Amino acid sequence: MGLTDLLFFALSAVAIVSGWRVFATDSMVRASFLLLLSFVAVGLIIVMLAAPYIGVATIFMMTVEMMVMALFMVMFMMNPAGLNPMMMVHQHRFSIVAGVLAFAGLTVAILFTSFPGIPVDPAAPVVHDLGIELLGPSMLIFETAGVTLLATMIGSVILSSRSGRFGLADQGSRPPGLEPDGEPAGRQPEQGGGGHHHHHH
Amino acid sequence: MTLASVLIVAAALIGIGLYGALSQQSFVMLMMGLELMLNGGLLAVIGLWANTMGGAPEGQLLAIIIMAVMAVDMAIGFALVTAVYRKRQADVTESLTTMKH
Repeated sequence: MGLTDLLFFALSAVAIVSGWRVFATDSMVRASFLLLLSFVAVGLIIVMLAAPYIGVATIFMMTVEMMVMALFMVMFMMNPAGLNPMMMVHQHRFSIVAGVLAFAGLTVAILFTSFPGIPVDPAAPVVHDLGIELLGPSMLIFETAGVTLLATMIGSVILSSRSGRFGLADQGSRPPGLEPDGEPAGRQPEQGGGGHHHHHH
Repeated sequence: MTLASVLIVAAALIGIGLYGALSQQSFVMLMMGLELMLNGGLLAVIGLWANTMGGAPEGQLLAIIIMAVMAVDMAIGFALVTAVYRKRQADVTESLTTMKH
């Protein structure tokens, strides 16, 4: 067993054990950091699998994402510090059976499939190839992902803003005038509806 | 580090993620389960790319698409959690029963 194998098994153990501990820890903040640990271990395995760009990008993206997640944990959720025991589950036995069945089924499928063995050439310029692919033949797919992310940003702002979905977005607010001390630009809030009158003239 | 071992690790991550997504009551913990499943999918895609495709760049492209799906999942998920909390003061799945018949 070479050093690569040892490293792979160690990283796999970290990824799986921390992934399991996510759902077994009492603190939701700790859970998000355990998930981060799992993601970093998977990212390092991906780097070992000759895909350095994807691996490093995974690590960077997941670090930022888990920081956001930890923030949400503190903002919203009960028991963020893990001072009390927390076990908030439903249909627990069914979930365990489903998880074990998924793992067992996938493992059987993996062990009984003969995959074509065409490994990537260690000297191949994989990052360069990926760049050419992204901005060449598959540019439309890449751009579609970009537009999807833009739509996601708009959707998340609409969903999480205080008004928007549940009323006029500009209700009760006054846009600045086009000239100093001039009339506010754009649509005026309904008179008497919002109760906010800031006219001083 | 054979292909089968990489895929089995990915299968384990998918199994744990499925358990989490099905069992957790809190929305955020549920989303962690979804992320863990996508994590396993990412590892499986890269494992297959590195061992069966001879380095064709489309495999890495699929991995980038999975990462975009992860980002969309998290952003829309948190926005929905915020909207539901604002509307119903709810942060566990048991509080949402309007779509139950």
